[in-house]
Amino acid sequence: MLAIGLLLPLVLQDYLTVFGTRVLILCLFALSFDLVWGYSGIMSFGQAVFFGSAGYGVALLARDLDVTSMLLVIPAGVLIGFAIALLIGGFLLLGRNPSSVIFVSLGTLTGSYAFDRLARGWYYLGGQNGIPSIPPMHIGSYDLTEGPVFYYFVLAILLLVYLGCRFLTKSQFGLALAGLRENEQRIAFFGYKVQHIKAIIFSLAGAIAGLAGSLYAFHEGFVWPNMLGVVMSTQVVLYVLFGGSGTLIGAVVGTVVIEIVSFWLSNNYQDIWPIILGCLMLLVILFRPAGLVSLILSERERIGSFGRPPKVDDKERDHGAA
Amino acid sequence: MALLEARGLIKIFGKLTALNGAELVVQPNEFHGLIGPNGSGKSTMMKCIAGAEVPTEGRVTFDGRDITTASPAERARAGMSLKFQITSVLPALTLYDNVLLALQGQTALSKLMFSRTRGALHDKVMAMLEQFRLVDRAGEPAASLSHGQQQWLEIAMALAPEPKLLLLDEPTGGMSLEERRVTGELLAPIKARCSLVIVEHDLDFIRDICDRLTVLDGGAVLDTGTIEQIQASPKVQEVYLRRA
Ligand SMILES: Nc1ncnc2c1ncn2[C@@H]1O[C@H](COP(=O)(O)OP(=O)(O)OP(=O)(O)O)[C@@H](O)[C@H]1O
Ligand SMILES: [Mg+2]
Repeated sequence: MLAIGLLLPLVLQDYLTVFGTRVLILCLFALSFDLVWGYSGIMSFGQAVFFGSAGYGVALLARDLDVTSMLLVIPAGVLIGFAIALLIGGFLLLGRNPSSVIFVSLGTLTGSYAFDRLARGWYYLGGQNGIPSIPPMHIGSYDLTEGPVFYYFVLAILLLVYLGCRFLTKSQFGLALAGLRENEQRIAFFGYKVQHIKAIIFSLAGAIAGLAGSLYAFHEGFVWPNMLGVVMSTQVVLYVLFGGSGTLIGAVVGTVVIEIVSFWLSNNYQDIWPIILGCLMLLVILFRPAGLVSLILSERERIGSFGRPPKVDDKERDHGAA
Repeated sequence: MALLEARGLIKIFGKLTALNGAELVVQPNEFHGLIGPNGSGKSTMMKCIAGAEVPTEGRVTFDGRDITTASPAERARAGMSLKFQITSVLPALTLYDNVLLALQGQTALSKLMFSRTRGALHDKVMAMLEQFRLVDRAGEPAASLSHGQQQWLEIAMALAPEPKLLLLDEPTGGMSLEERRVTGELLAPIKARCSLVIVEHDLDFIRDICDRLTVLDGGAVLDTGTIEQIQASPKVQEVYLRRA
């Protein structure tokens, strides 16, 4: 898959490379949601808040303060996503008694809706139209505009984040996340500081969403209220659900497949494509509730196991005995 | 000094008084049995000690600290470990992961992210599974175990972090006779390392492993003492005869 990703811009027409870059950025966004939901079982239906806020944040930096240096805006986007997630997470997730799934999902959803309305209504943020014509970000004297270079830049970031997430979810901390997802109350009795784990993973995912949002803003050259809203938040749920939640590759596959299919459908069936897409997704979710990746990965691999295969040890012991 | 002291515990659920001034004192390395008729408040008592419930009134001190309002995590870190009446292993995870999860529960989160101690923990996990005769199934999900085996797994999980006090609420519920016997064998050697509070309906089982007993009735202590004292206690005789 990486090889395909690397070669694509060489064979694709320019406008398709731009499309490809957008999809990669959305993959990044999907990873952030997968961490909180797929791995940790936190129902965040407002992941777009972090994505969009970071987008708006960097857009304002560029518009009002003329800050477009990549070395400033990208960390700024990450920081915005992180900070807002920490704030919202602190409000919704922490507190002595574990908050119910309904509370968290409705709370995040409402947050997403509120941020969307706020952006639409606030003149400073450009109201309905958002903030247009954001200047490109630059590093040194080089302007990063859409095209193959931007594509490779995003691909590199996606790869790094992917590997980072992989390291995290395979670490012993990843096992703690699995425990959180399976039975939050129970693992507190093992000594886990459940609230801390939640705060860490939620704000980390917020940071990744912020990274994606700031890349998106500069890639598209504008931000608009939908980036913050319920539609965007739901979209990322679908990417992950469709691809297979709780696997990193599932988040990527889900995003790529949904985006490509909708791109193709919208070109060929201009009127009814959303319905076709909806039916397709429904079919997958009905017949493959574990998502597309369940076609290639077994249940065991999906849930993952943190121990080394015990088989090897059995043999060793047998040798020792013999 | 006693390891655990629960004094004057009162727990009221709405209109129902589940505990009414119950007490429990456990010395280091003592195996203490908690018995009593159904609904006498044994599980509620265990929950108040473990932090799953906060008593309406009363005090719990553990290892010299007042832990009456401490969170479950703080109690675990102070050296308390438990198995509830309702078995709650994590069914989707493998046996191995269940034990590792319990074993690493008190480790700082930053250490969990960049752990270099996986090797040492691995040996520990396998040793626990070995001890509870589950090692052959280490890679299988906990859901695939029989009820009895799940209880063993949960005891293994509770023992993994080397607690000072182990709380077991009906660990042999639903076990065959043979499984019960094995459970007794498995529990005996831990006396060197920790204290135990165990709730059991099987009085023979209790008699075999416990040093002292506390009998609850209607949320209050009916009597407490050594096995012999309890067996000779007229109050206890009366309650058990009355129900029998
Ligand atoms: N969360 C709760 N809410 C309301 N009532 C409760 C709750 N937990 C326990 N009770 C009640 O408190 C009383 C004591 O219950 P508890 O579970 O402590 O008894 P027990 O001695 O463990 O009984 P058993 O031998 O059946 O396990 C019972 O009448 C029970 O119905
Ligand atoms: Mg009970």
